[in-house]
Amino acid sequence: MNMRGAEILLHCLKEEGVDTVFGYPGGQILPVYDALYSSDIRHILARHEQGAVHAAEGYARASGKVGVCISTSGPGATNLVTGIANAYMDSIPLVCLTGQVGTSMIGRDAFQEADICGITLPITKHNYLVEKLEDVPRVVKEAFYIARTNRPGPVVVDLPRDIMEKVIDYEPGDIEINLRGYRVMKGYNAGQVISAVEMIKGAERPVIYCGGGVINANAAAELTELAEKRKIPVTNTLMGIGSFPADNYLYLGMLGMHGTRYANYAIGESDLLIAVGVRFDDRVTGHLDHFAPHAKVIHIDIDAAEIGKNVVVDIPIVGDVKEVLAAINQRLDAVEGYSEWHKTIDRWKEEFPMRYGPSAEGRIMPQHVVEMIYELTGGEAIITTEVGQNQMWAAQYYRGKHPRSFISSGGLGTMGYGFPAAIGAKIACPDKVVIDIAGDGSIQMNIQELGTAAQYRLPVIICILNNQFLGMVRQWQGLFYGGRYSFTDIEHQPDFVKLAEAYGGVGIRVKDAGEVEAALKQAMEVKDRPVIIDFWVEREANVYPMVPPGAALSNMLGGD
Amino acid sequence: MKKHTLSVTVENKPGVLARVTTVIRRRGYNIESLTVGQTENPSISRITLVVTGDDPIIEQVTKQLYKLVDVIKIVDITEERSVERELVLVKVKADTSVRGEIVQIVDIFRGRIVDIGRSSLIVEATGDSSKIDAIEEALSPFGIIELVRTGKVAMVRGGK
Repeated sequence: MNMRGAEILLHCLKEEGVDTVFGYPGGQILPVYDALYSSDIRHILARHEQGAVHAAEGYARASGKVGVCISTSGPGATNLVTGIANAYMDSIPLVCLTGQVGTSMIGRDAFQEADICGITLPITKHNYLVEKLEDVPRVVKEAFYIARTNRPGPVVVDLPRDIMEKVIDYEPGDIEINLRGYRVMKGYNAGQVISAVEMIKGAERPVIYCGGGVINANAAAELTELAEKRKIPVTNTLMGIGSFPADNYLYLGMLGMHGTRYANYAIGESDLLIAVGVRFDDRVTGHLDHFAPHAKVIHIDIDAAEIGKNVVVDIPIVGDVKEVLAAINQRLDAVEGYSEWHKTIDRWKEEFPMRYGPSAEGRIMPQHVVEMIYELTGGEAIITTEVGQNQMWAAQYYRGKHPRSFISSGGLGTMGYGFPAAIGAKIACPDKVVIDIAGDGSIQMNIQELGTAAQYRLPVIICILNNQFLGMVRQWQGLFYGGRYSFTDIEHQPDFVKLAEAYGGVGIRVKDAGEVEAALKQAMEVKDRPVIIDFWVEREANVYPMVPPGAALSNMLGGD
Repeated sequence: MKKHTLSVTVENKPGVLARVTTVIRRRGYNIESLTVGQTENPSISRITLVVTGDDPIIEQVTKQLYKLVDVIKIVDITEERSVERELVLVKVKADTSVRGEIVQIVDIFRGRIVDIGRSSLIVEATGDSSKIDAIEEALSPFGIIELVRTGKVAMVRGGK
């Protein structure tokens, strides 16, 4: 059958199960947009390519599917770069389709030409510059395969315009993946599993430290089974929130720089650390020499390169986290009892609970807003966050229960991530309440996406914890730079209520702590447009506890 | 810290060399030398990399390179019995009074004179890196005008 390149491309996307894409049109991607015009693939028009790629990531994280975004060449493609780097750091499967100038123009600095494959080399799992139309079906197949298998990540497919315009006789058929240099990880070292089981049986003060890898592997059930069988306390990273139910008595909360005191103390006293789908990031470990000093380490991860990268591991197990945990669980009997270890932890929990100071004269404490969101949603919402104080308070005080329901920029720390990610999550899960916990700085980095949310009638709720500061940087300036608030005071702000209304959304301003609940309830009643709630919070509230950068985990400020 | 020779088998595709060097640079490792060429199979190229580092660093380089889709196989042949060769071209100052001496040195190293100019010669030699170092040193008293080394290529001996 005679088909244009762009039509073949869309056909291949549908073969991969794609029904929704996020994008923004432009000159060199015109043929693809022309084909989309008569396609039943749903295209969500962002207002900026960065919005499109973050939305695709939010969609991927909420749904477990590969997120797809489309941009034109040059500036369209370079506007994706932050989102691609974000997905790479957080191991989220994305396929980014970028327009490119015609093959005869490549390398001549043509209008809107950028070497996106060169630019994204260190921030993609793989990328392709399509050189001929006949390659399109294989390239698309491989791109999705690479994006979603092993440790997931973003793949860029660069599509020269003439190839998308060209017509060939196309017969759809089965394509066999034949990648000599890429094998999907199967199985695990059974001997290592047995050693791990023995080590778990012998441990007196074990802790599970789990991360995004558990969510990517859909292994929350296996993880919970291990913890409950052996009564092992669980702490998670920011990326791991939701991999273990926060209302379980074994839950320690998040560890690391803004972790709970009891999680960090537990790491410090532990004799066995079971690290699952994590990469020992510096925000988690603090000073490496003082991290889990008494513990043997079992490290389970799909990516062999993560093992031994930052810490020495006693039992490395490379493999799919779900498979490996199931194998370990199978070899372990359930134990009963409440040991000295649990007693110690409960004492810490009692002595150092998560808490925050009262505010003066009815002003809103930002933590209170997050607690209220948790209470009103019962922990059943999808929470996205921006980056900074808002993100840490969300992680500390929203006690999420389910995987794929806490969506935050972990590795890259991208301000402006949360709102577009919330749009993607809402499209993936239209029946869930989706709330972006935002700061007044971050939200302004992708505020234009109000247009997208309004156009598609998406009732995404943005809760701005508005302290008129770039709060996390201000906090560091206060603690480590003598209170010199260099360019972090952003008192000059738009009227967020009017801004929401200007886009066709709903705007609510809350200045009094007594009105927080009513405002959230009002927002959750809105079913057909975005809502901004502008919470005027205590300006100089800090995120505590805090491990100063480079310090040992036990060396926490605040929360004592 | 030790020099490691890694033999990296890759897809013979555009951009693969850039992928390999990007990983090495980005992770903060240093390349001492790098050669690349097609193998007996035209769809496969061989990159021979010499990297300096202790064992954990080499392990990380290897693991990070393995994550590249276009990297098929990596062998650290430092400890293997292998044949290693490098080629050097040296343009050396040579007026008539010293030419005989230079020819003798080149003969000792089983090199060749490949070009004769009015006041210079170009010498070609192959061998393992220590031999190339030695010939460089032997010729330097005459005055080296220009020198270029290919970097190392290597192959494991025997059936492997």
